[in-house]
Amino acid sequence: MPEFLQFAFSGLTVGAIYALVALGFTLIYNASGVINFAQGEFVMLGGMVTVFAHAAGLPLPLAALTALVSAVVIGLVLYRFAIEPARGASAVSLIIITIGASILLRGATSIVFDKNFHTLPPYAGSAPWIVGGAALLPQSLIVLGGAAAIVVALWYFLTRTLTGKAVLATAANRLAARLVGINTNAVVGLSFAVSAAIGALGGILMTPITFTSYDSGTLLALKGFAAAMLGGMGNPIGAVVGGLVVGLLEAFSAGYISSSYKDAVAFLVILGVLFLMPHGLFGRGGVERV
Amino acid sequence: MMRRFVQSPYAVVLALAIVIAILPLVLPSTFYLRVAALIWIFALAVVGLNLLIGFAGQVSLGHAGFFGIGAYAVAIGPTHLGIPPGLALILGAIAAGVVAFLVGRPILRLRGHYLAVATLGMGLLFAMVFANESAWTGGPDGMPVPRPVLFGWRMSGPWTWYWIAGVTLVIGAWIAANVIASPTGRALRAIHDSETAAQVLGIDVARYKLIAFVLSAVYAAIAGAYLAMFDGLVTPEASGFLRSIEFVTMAVLGGLGSTLGGIVGAALLVLLPQLLTVFHDYEHIALGLVMIVVMIFVPAGIVPSLANLLGWRKS
Repeated sequence: MPEFLQFAFSGLTVGAIYALVALGFTLIYNASGVINFAQGEFVMLGGMVTVFAHAAGLPLPLAALTALVSAVVIGLVLYRFAIEPARGASAVSLIIITIGASILLRGATSIVFDKNFHTLPPYAGSAPWIVGGAALLPQSLIVLGGAAAIVVALWYFLTRTLTGKAVLATAANRLAARLVGINTNAVVGLSFAVSAAIGALGGILMTPITFTSYDSGTLLALKGFAAAMLGGMGNPIGAVVGGLVVGLLEAFSAGYISSSYKDAVAFLVILGVLFLMPHGLFGRGGVERV
Repeated sequence: MMRRFVQSPYAVVLALAIVIAILPLVLPSTFYLRVAALIWIFALAVVGLNLLIGFAGQVSLGHAGFFGIGAYAVAIGPTHLGIPPGLALILGAIAAGVVAFLVGRPILRLRGHYLAVATLGMGLLFAMVFANESAWTGGPDGMPVPRPVLFGWRMSGPWTWYWIAGVTLVIGAWIAANVIASPTGRALRAIHDSETAAQVLGIDVARYKLIAFVLSAVYAAIAGAYLAMFDGLVTPEASGFLRSIEFVTMAVLGGLGSTLGGIVGAALLVLLPQLLTVFHDYEHIALGLVMIVVMIFVPAGIVPSLANLLGWRKS
């Protein structure tokens, strides 16, 4: 039982980060139909900029804020100079653009900062609590609490504010949204900014646990993408559930089966789910017009 | 007559054969011969992948998995099982085809981004097996690949592989041209335009998608085997995610649905790092920029856009 709890704790912690990445994918996909493979780089930037701003002498909260702002700026630049000019390009071309952007960001980070692994001191001490025989790090709780707060804030923004409703309207039908006077370009830009912020926050939260380096974004993007697809692309609840499921699957298969095949088990389950439910757990099948 | 020939896929094959035959006469050193051999090897994989993405319209982010199967077949076969390299290559290509056949049925039912994530997962699974089964594959460090020996002739060096890869590429492009011109090619294009419409017309959509998938897997496996034998070494990177992305990028940059495009795309992405070795640190930035800029300004890919510009294409 303590073992089980231990794996569950670590799975939920990692899963929360995947959920944030998946949410970022979902937001941008809903607003623009683009699968943004650079989403993992926002997480990486969140961690790396915080580390280096902190090392340069900024207090931790200010360093985190710097990271958040720089990720948002980069998200907006990405939209303005790489996505918007390519409007109307095919889905594959857009995927290549975002992968190009992620390679570029990785390269730029390795030059501006370095190629080493970095970490941050835990935000609330490193003495673990013992829950049911399993060790729970305070930082894990911060990750889970932070992720939950982000999800709630996002839900509030989307359903309770006028701007948020404009985002939902654009996701539902871009043309109709424009007809009722919504500036859909601004909405897409906003969704890039919000996605970048969510990703950066994920990076800031997880760096004390998992380390970060210039190339840590790729795997996160893959896992987040898989989680978003598992939940059903375009469904925010699906993204969160998908992220947690992928995290738990990884932790349990690493614990009970083999740590070198933990990623394999996660992907096998995703493949299995997609075969049975081709639109993910929470996705709806569309009707194709010929 | 002339115009029709220029537009036909066979013209590309002929032009390619001529270029491959003449190029060694003008290349100043074996270094360039080596780069050219690499281009032909990658182009082979991309020509196959183009059948799947460019004609059938099905995206795969996991073809490096098949590339890896071919590469590890020529490594494991001779080293652990005593199979001669040539036979190992053929067995590897068959294995990739069989795997593609078995995996393709369920995977190809998925559409769009769901297909992308499924193929991605498939590719990663292969990479993980290659990285983890160290007893067979040498683990993350990879394993050496013995050079094949044909009638006492040891096949190694850029000159030999330039010709092997070049001739295979011409044959591969010729087979692809045949497929494109055949009823299968027409069926694939119909599926690309609209799966439902193709089905209503009586096209067995699942079957034709599977044909394209298996063919592209075999192309990738042969290319993988060549690269492994050329380098004399294979590592799990051969089937990594970045390799898969590299193939798709080559196909898209050059121009989907164009065999010549695939070759041009492969040449561009093989040459770029060679040109950029001077600015080694900036290589990734430049690669990312090229991908973004080409996709923004020539979204249809380099070759189709050029052909349009020159008025070679019926609009």
